[in-house]
Amino acid sequence: MFIINCPYCGEREQSEFKAGGEAHIVRPKQPTELSDDEWAEYLFMRKNIKGIQFERWNHTHGCRKWFNMVRDTSNDEIKAVYKMGEKPPVD
Amino acid sequence: MKKKYSIFSLIRNAFSYHENWEKAWKDPTPKKEYDAVIVGGGGHGLATAYYLAKKHDMKNIAVVEKGWIGGGNTGRNTTIIRSNYLWDASAGLYDHALKIWEGLSQELNYNVMFSQRGVMNLAHNLQDVRDLKRRTHANRLNGIDAVYLNSEEVKKFCPIINTSPDIRYPVLGGTLQRRAGTARHDAVAWGYARGADEMGVDIIQNCEVKGIKRNGDVVEGLETTKGFIKTKKIGVVAAGHSSVIAEMAGLKLPLESKPLQALVSEPVKPIIDTVVMSNAVHAYVSQSDKGELVIGAGTDDYVSYSQKGSHDIVEGTLNAILELYPIFSRMRMLRQWGGIVDICPDASPIVSKTSVKGLYFNCGWGTGGFKATPGSGDLFAHTIANDEPHKLNTAFNINRFVSGDLVDEHGAAAVAH
Repeated sequence: MFIINCPYCGEREQSEFKAGGEAHIVRPKQPTELSDDEWAEYLFMRKNIKGIQFERWNHTHGCRKWFNMVRDTSNDEIKAVYKMGEKPPVD
Repeated sequence: MKKKYSIFSLIRNAFSYHENWEKAWKDPTPKKEYDAVIVGGGGHGLATAYYLAKKHDMKNIAVVEKGWIGGGNTGRNTTIIRSNYLWDASAGLYDHALKIWEGLSQELNYNVMFSQRGVMNLAHNLQDVRDLKRRTHANRLNGIDAVYLNSEEVKKFCPIINTSPDIRYPVLGGTLQRRAGTARHDAVAWGYARGADEMGVDIIQNCEVKGIKRNGDVVEGLETTKGFIKTKKIGVVAAGHSSVIAEMAGLKLPLESKPLQALVSEPVKPIIDTVVMSNAVHAYVSQSDKGELVIGAGTDDYVSYSQKGSHDIVEGTLNAILELYPIFSRMRMLRQWGGIVDICPDASPIVSKTSVKGLYFNCGWGTGGFKATPGSGDLFAHTIANDEPHKLNTAFNINRFVSGDLVDEHGAAAVAH
């Protein structure tokens, strides 16, 4: 369990949030042109990183807004939180 | 040949205060080259090595383990064994394992304490009832024992359950698989390790894999903390760390690694002589031979390799346990821990070849891999030795995520996810 700094509500317990998985997976622009391999990559394949991961979270029991997070999955330390549409931090 | 374990060897060794037992496995330094290397010395990995040596005559093989054998999820799970899965492919896979469990202690000459005390799955609403009845029928069609129990029969089978109709999630019924049960998890790893070692398998502990060397689409060997090991076949059985190993070979897997928690209570006299699981309220409980209640909680929904879970998950599970078993209200919990489980989108495992020749993956067992240990090892050994899957694990190939032919067990079986 950890504390998440929601960009809209401030610090709240992690149990108020729902994890939305890996961030910045781009929705296919031309779905009809996609091969089966590309569909599999988009739908199922995940980096599942041990270390710094970019991911989506939703404040389900709060403002219900989606946002992005950079988190070290090896120790659950949160490195950065940023809003949807914002550029991910580089370092 | 190792000395046989028996009542006589126990008595003989008592005279030397149990200080002169033969070592169950050696502590070898890695050779330069092996015919196959298994990455991961948990139950599945050790079973794979055991069956490679026993059934496929591959003796020049090694198991590399970054920590100690059985120290990962093999030593962290709640030891439930059952095969009452809905789909034909899963039923075949898990019942294959259950059949091996039934003779495993004799086969290994190692008491894995397999106890067929039955596993009961509870229904708490009408949809649960319909789902569980459907699964009971599906199980029977696949030759797997299953019965549906109504609320009174549930109470009769496990009298401490609160079947009062006015609890938050009343018990409307349940299913029972009598052949199901539990086993001693550590003994499974140790028994397979001893058996594999006896046939010449090198079990190399404290040896972490740092890289996989590829020559085009063929594997050439492994970089480890104990040096480079040359091999043409690598079987990865790394559970929560499968994606980390896959990345070393330039592959991506359809997995997410999440914390799954369990806890045990202080030891008490025998109170529950079966395993009771409830998918809907997410609580399952059995009692170990030491007397501890063994309680399984759920997974957290975020990716984490920290081997720690959230307290609210444990709280939710204990709420459910207390409502179902008011008698446990004064029990104190002794220990709580987490393991990292690798979950596939369809909640079924991957036991498969990959696009890289000589690289095989056995992963995605998610929250329920322990029960499959012997079957998984047997089928993965077959896949590695023949470079082709056995008919029982054909459906569990990695290409199902491309073809769409998923084995969707999420919520369909009695799985507690």
